[in-house]
Amino acid sequence: MSEPIVKFQDVHKSFGDIKVLKGINLDIKPAEKVAVIGPSGSGKTTIIRMLMTLEEPTSGDIIVDSTNLWKMEKKGKMVKANEKHLRQVRGDIGMVFQHFNLFPHMTILENCMTAPIHVKKENKEEVRERAIQMLDRVGLGDKLNNYPSQLSGGQKQRVAMARALVMRPKIMLFDEVTSALDPELVGEVLEVIRDIAKHDDMAMVLVTHEMDFALDIADKVLFLDEGVIAEQGTASQVIEHSTNERLQGFLHRFRR
Amino acid sequence: MVTINAIIDIAPQLARGLSVTVSVLLASAIFAYLMAFIAGLSRLSKNTFIRKFTGLYVEVFRGTSLIVQLFWLYYAIPMLFGIQLGSNWWIGVIAIGLNYGAYLSEVVRGSILSVAKGQTEAATALNMSSFQRMRLIIFPQAVRMMLPEFSNYTIQMLKGTSLVSLIGMTDILYYGDIIRSTNLSQAPLVYLLVLVFYFILALPLIWLTRKGETISKKGVAS
Repeated sequence: MSEPIVKFQDVHKSFGDIKVLKGINLDIKPAEKVAVIGPSGSGKTTIIRMLMTLEEPTSGDIIVDSTNLWKMEKKGKMVKANEKHLRQVRGDIGMVFQHFNLFPHMTILENCMTAPIHVKKENKEEVRERAIQMLDRVGLGDKLNNYPSQLSGGQKQRVAMARALVMRPKIMLFDEVTSALDPELVGEVLEVIRDIAKHDDMAMVLVTHEMDFALDIADKVLFLDEGVIAEQGTASQVIEHSTNERLQGFLHRFRR
Repeated sequence: MVTINAIIDIAPQLARGLSVTVSVLLASAIFAYLMAFIAGLSRLSKNTFIRKFTGLYVEVFRGTSLIVQLFWLYYAIPMLFGIQLGSNWWIGVIAIGLNYGAYLSEVVRGSILSVAKGQTEAATALNMSSFQRMRLIIFPQAVRMMLPEFSNYTIQMLKGTSLVSLIGMTDILYYGDIIRSTNLSQAPLVYLLVLVFYFILALPLIWLTRKGETISKKGVAS
């Protein structure tokens, strides 16, 4: 396929004295679906948070669509990116969070309309139409004027996905989007992700503990362990043919 | 009968002070709210000088007594610098406004800081600028949280206005003092009526506080 849309080049990240990521190298192609698995504390979430500009890498480069995300050129030198630069580059990236983070003072529909109108300066009527379409798609077309507090966790997470999709990102990041949900609500959220994965041609990165689901929809699986990508490949390569002991142990705990 | 006659006699005299009390309250409340937002936002500024300078204002005005501040503006500053800050109405409004503005700026700052971090992150993920994040996401939620405290401090401001009688303004307490000094035996009744006047003025503010509490319970991320 074509050039990668995201490249991580020897990316390190420390929080104080704790080294979370110790040299991540990673290519994501357009439309590729990547699942990131691994024990908790292995830095899975940090990878996508750096890509969303919520966390700054300690060293290394992240390239998005051939532009360096965290560095920019100034008088012939590469310096730390300013907010303007970050905004230009991250415009193609969308993210869904573990705790939904819907805007509680806005209705569902307003949640989905604010960013396209104010950030992308799009026409309000067009945005409204698209937002309603998107909310219909995630099965919430009848809740447009409700507030987030009136929804269940699963419904909130589906709104969060619609909100990200209305921005038409080229890359969607999912940060343990089912971890905060009651077990009976997980299914409805996974269905929506499956639908997006099947019908939209954006790249997707899923940090998840839903192992079977991840393996089912992912083109590529990364096993992150102790700050490095310990194993990567297609689902069958990683699951069935890996000889990595820690990966086998990790999978075993999930399969019980 | 004697008491009722006395009340009928005293109440209208006290009522002559209503316009001063209410006008000082309204003007100093508006001024205090304005100062609260300016100082509250300045204390969150990235600029160290602005932050430190506003911090100094807040600590000085919170840390010293309102009545002394009032006397400073009324007596000391005109003598020291030879400038008249305006009529005593303006001086009352400025002193009360600056004093309560300092307290309220901490409410503004605290509310903005207490909007959940996930809200900023979600706004960043939607590619909002830092100004858009503040204007569209953080500020509207913070204002809801401020409402109960704002009305609470407004009640305090109402009571604080009684200090302007000390710089010669003819408010409710001023007339109370006048009546008492001409008729010493009436002191208990006069001051009881003064209390009743303030309480009645405070009632709508108390109601607003309740209202603010219910509004602030809705529509904020926890």
